[in-house]
Amino acid sequence: MTTTERRYRPAPGAAPVWRMLVAQTAFETRLLLRHGEQLLLTAVIPVTLLALLAFVPVIDTGAYSRLDFLVPGILALAVMSTSFTSLAIATGYERRYGVLKRLATTPLPRSALLIAKALTVLVVEALQVTLVGGLGAALGWRPTGSVLAVLALIVVGTLAFAGLGFLMAGTLRAEATLAAANLVYLLLLVLGGIIIPLDEFPDGVQPVLMATPAGALADGLRSVLADGSGLPWSGVAILAGWAVAGFAAAARWFRWE
Amino acid sequence: MSTSAAVEIESLVKCYGRVPAVDGLSLTIPSGTITSVLGPNGAGKTTTIECCEGYRRPDSGTVRVLGLDPQRDARRLRPRVGVMLQEGAGFYPGARGVELLSHLARLHATPLDVATLVEQLELGDTARTPMRRLSGGQRQRVALAAALVGRPELVFLDEPTAGLDPRMRRSVWDTLSELRAAGVTVVLCTHLIEEAERLADHVVIIHDGQQVAQGSPAELTEDDESTVRFNGRPRLDLASLRDALPEDASVQEVSPGTYVVATTVDPGVLATITSWCAAHDVMPEGLQVGRTSLEDVFIKLTGAEPGTGS
Ligand SMILES: Nc1ncnc2c1ncn2[C@@H]1O[C@H](COP(=O)(O)OP(=O)(O)OP(=O)(O)O)[C@@H](O)[C@H]1O
Ligand SMILES: [Mg+2]
Repeated sequence: MTTTERRYRPAPGAAPVWRMLVAQTAFETRLLLRHGEQLLLTAVIPVTLLALLAFVPVIDTGAYSRLDFLVPGILALAVMSTSFTSLAIATGYERRYGVLKRLATTPLPRSALLIAKALTVLVVEALQVTLVGGLGAALGWRPTGSVLAVLALIVVGTLAFAGLGFLMAGTLRAEATLAAANLVYLLLLVLGGIIIPLDEFPDGVQPVLMATPAGALADGLRSVLADGSGLPWSGVAILAGWAVAGFAAAARWFRWE
Repeated sequence: MSTSAAVEIESLVKCYGRVPAVDGLSLTIPSGTITSVLGPNGAGKTTTIECCEGYRRPDSGTVRVLGLDPQRDARRLRPRVGVMLQEGAGFYPGARGVELLSHLARLHATPLDVATLVEQLELGDTARTPMRRLSGGQRQRVALAAALVGRPELVFLDEPTAGLDPRMRRSVWDTLSELRAAGVTVVLCTHLIEEAERLADHVVIIHDGQQVAQGSPAELTEDDESTVRFNGRPRLDLASLRDALPEDASVQEVSPGTYVVATTVDPGVLATITSWCAAHDVMPEGLQVGRTSLEDVFIKLTGAEPGTGS
């Protein structure tokens, strides 16, 4: 009985916050990379689209060469798929299964949970950028522009999408989030300047499409990677605006249960 | 083991919308005990312990857990408290059982050894299966392990044995006894009176959002009241029997065909019962006069039968 008594002897204490952050990020990344449907969204669709559209001339890429147009667009798609669609769906189901409620009783602070989710998104995006960029390079894509500007755009773009993802996950039912997040993904894929140049659309709607997070991110990435411009401030401003609005709304309306 | 209170609740009120789920409840849970929280469905047990876990903010009243305020001192309190939600809820659907325990262990400074815990709670079969595909009982046992892995000094377990097979239920009972032996305070919501009778040092009965009894099982069952138990046809109309008995008597069909009369039993009462049986053509098989059991107290206080009130 002595050994068994010793087994449950209390020894409470939280791990250091950095260790919780690393553990939570590693755990969530592992779950995400194991999830078939999520991988379809974040890896298979972008890579397939890039490969297909690079070979089959179904779209007129206007002033840009095919790859100069496509690769930045697909990078924007990759960012959107992870930081919006996948984040919203995963968070929606975590909320529905009571994961968020259960986690709230562990030593992991809520802020650390949010940071871990952000880090998870960034880790997956790094893998996506490597995959998409690598495929592009293999097909002959030669980007220009500043790496820092690209990173900045991806980070602001991620924040813009993540705010909206959290808003959706925290207010809708999980099934509704699943449907809506996929719908928005599809709409922005077609209308967000990702695979179809925005100047193919009527003049009246172009500014509207340009002001979507996808439009701003795709266009911004293109102007850096294809045109070699510096950081496109108007795009950054649009994305930052979405980020602020999205997180403010999520903070206001997100329900944990 | 200190003798202070692990949980102290004073006039707790918690409403969902306008409807109070907990309505002026006060209770004390002594440190180092197994305390059973009993009450009918919807009585407010889960709501009460969720206020203790810091998950719900009380509308009014005070809640002190290990001397701390679960809302204000959440950061300090959470590492010290283990939680198992009702039905073992709250897990990443895609995570495997053991993987989840290993992860939760990493959030704590000196967690239990996961391999040992897995062996002790027989969780080996959850190593390869995602949580969403585990059986209800398997999921619940992972949830119990998850409540323990951080080596808490206080655990809140919401119906940990509901839906477990008899062998697993026993194994969980053994674990709970071990926890107490190690000095952990266990708060155990349950519907199984047998579980409370076996394990609990302290019992709290909740009804309609209020505490209607608390004390050791011996304290709750010791009064000069006793019971008469008998079997007959199921669903007898008990109204006329109630009318014939003294005012303070309670009559319940505790399970189909089993009737319990709780009152101060004297020969007169016994005669009333048997003549009522005769008048209703009931052969009162297994008629037995006995000391009040915890179940009798529970039924008396919570009026589990419709029409008897509380
Ligand atoms: N999230 C909620 N929203 C609205 N009402 C709720 C919610 N949770 C519980 N209630 C209501 O509050 C009351 C108390 O519920 P609670 O879950 O605390 O009961 P309980 O004693 O745990 O019951 P059980 O034995 O069935 O688990 C019930 O009437 C229930 O319908
Ligand atoms: Mg309950």
